[in-house]
Amino acid sequence: MNKVAVIDYGMGNLHSVAKALEHCGEAAEVIVTSDGDLIRSADRVVFPGVGAIRDCIQGLKDLGLDEVIREVARSKPLLAVCVGMQALMDHSVENQGVDCLGILPGRVASFQETFRQAAVHEHLKVPHMGWNQVHQTVAHPLWHGIRDHSRYYFVHSYYVQPTQQQQVMAVCDYGVPFAAAVGRDNVFAVQFHPEKSQHDGLTLYANFLRWNGAAL
Amino acid sequence: MGLAKRIIPCLDVDNGRVVKGVQFVNIRDAGDPVEIARRYDDQGADELVFLDITASSDNRETMVHVVEQVAGEVFIPLTVGGGIRKLEDIRRMLNAGADKVGINTAAVHNPEFVREAAERFGSQCIVVAIDAKQVADGKWEIFTHGGRKPTGLDAIDWARKMVSYGAGEILLTSMDRDGTRNGFDNRLNRAMSDAVDVPLIASGGVGNLDHLVAGITEGRADAVLAASIFHFGEYTVRQAKEHMAAAGIEMRL
Repeated sequence: MNKVAVIDYGMGNLHSVAKALEHCGEAAEVIVTSDGDLIRSADRVVFPGVGAIRDCIQGLKDLGLDEVIREVARSKPLLAVCVGMQALMDHSVENQGVDCLGILPGRVASFQETFRQAAVHEHLKVPHMGWNQVHQTVAHPLWHGIRDHSRYYFVHSYYVQPTQQQQVMAVCDYGVPFAAAVGRDNVFAVQFHPEKSQHDGLTLYANFLRWNGAAL
Repeated sequence: MGLAKRIIPCLDVDNGRVVKGVQFVNIRDAGDPVEIARRYDDQGADELVFLDITASSDNRETMVHVVEQVAGEVFIPLTVGGGIRKLEDIRRMLNAGADKVGINTAAVHNPEFVREAAERFGSQCIVVAIDAKQVADGKWEIFTHGGRKPTGLDAIDWARKMVSYGAGEILLTSMDRDGTRNGFDNRLNRAMSDAVDVPLIASGGVGNLDHLVAGITEGRADAVLAASIFHFGEYTVRQAKEHMAAAGIEMRL
C-alpha cells in the first residue's frame, strides 16, 4: 500500500492538493488528516500551506503537529509546499517575525524589503503571482521527466533563503534570484504550487509518490 | 526569462450552466462548465474565472458543485466571483477547490469584509473586482448593478484602499468598454497598474488579439481577461498566447 497523508491544520485549500495526488494514480490512498498517528503511519507526507506564517505555525502547534513533522522529516519522504516550505525554515520575517520549525537551516525574507534594499527600479508587483520558470540546480528524482526551466504557478510575498547552498534544488528569478525548491535527504520543499501547475505539477507529484526518499 | 503574463478566460455561469453563447467545434455540450474548463485548460489557459450570475441565492449551491467538479479535473488556478458576500461563502468556495474569490459589490457596501476575508483566508485568495466608468478626463468612478448605479467612489483611490485592506489582486473592468469589442481602456489600466503594488487583471472590451497585447504593453496589466473572443471560437487561447509572445510578451507556451 502506498499511503500518502496530506497534513490538515486548518490552512485552506487542501482539496486541490488531494485531488492532484489522486489524479496521479500512483497512490493507493490519499488521506487528508490532522491526526498525528495517521500521519506517522503513512508511507509519505505532503505538508501544504497558504496564508500567513504565524497562523500556520500556531495551527501546527495547537494540534501537536510540529513534532509530528519533525519526526516525518527524519523518517520518510516529505514534500512541503508554499507556506509549508517556509515553515520548515528557522525563522520568517513575516508577521513581525515568527520562529518556524527549524528543519532546514535558513530564513524567510520579504520581496518588498529586498526590492527596497536592492533598489530594484522595475515596478514589480507583490505577491509574485503567476507562472515563472524554474531552473533545476541539481539532478533529483523529483525532477524526473520535467524539462529544465519549466513554468510553475507561484503566489507568494515571502521567499526562502537557505543557509546551505547545497540544499537548493531549484532557483527562480523575480527581481532577485530566489530558491524555488530546497531539500535534503528525504525532505523536498517547493515554493510553487504543483497542484495548480498543470502537467508539470502533476508530474512532480507523481515523482514524489514513487520516491523512496533517497536524494539521488 | 521571468514571470509570464497571464491569459484568463472568463465563464459566466447561470444555475450551473455556462451562458453567453459558448461555441466549440467537437464539443459534447457547449454549456457544460467542466467540459469548457477542460477545453481552455488544454489550450493553455493560465487561470480560469467563473462568474456566478445565478439570480436566486437558493441556487448558489449549484456553483459549489461546479467548482468541485472542475477542480477535480483541471489543475490551474480557479477564481470564483459573483454572490460572495460572507466569510462563509468564501470558505465554501475554497473548500470546493477554488483558489481565489472575487469580491465586488459586497466590498463597496462593506469594505471591512475585504479586511476580514484577507485576515482569515490570506490575501493570495482575495481578488477585489472593480467596475469603473470614466466620469471626467483621467477620472473613473465605481459603478455597481452592472454599471447602472454610481457610488461616488474614485476607482483608483478605492483600489489603493482595498489593497491596504488586504486585496491580493485587482480585477478591473471598464464599463465603458465591456461588450463593445473596441479594446481595453488602457488609460484606466495604466493608471491603476501604476497606483497599486498587487497584480492587475484587465477586463472589458477585448475584440481581437491585438487588444490583448495592448492590455499588457499600454495598460501595463499583469493578466488579461476575455470571454467572447474565446467562447465564440474565433480564437483559441493558444493562438492568443502565440500572438502575444510574437509581440515580445513573456508567455507560458
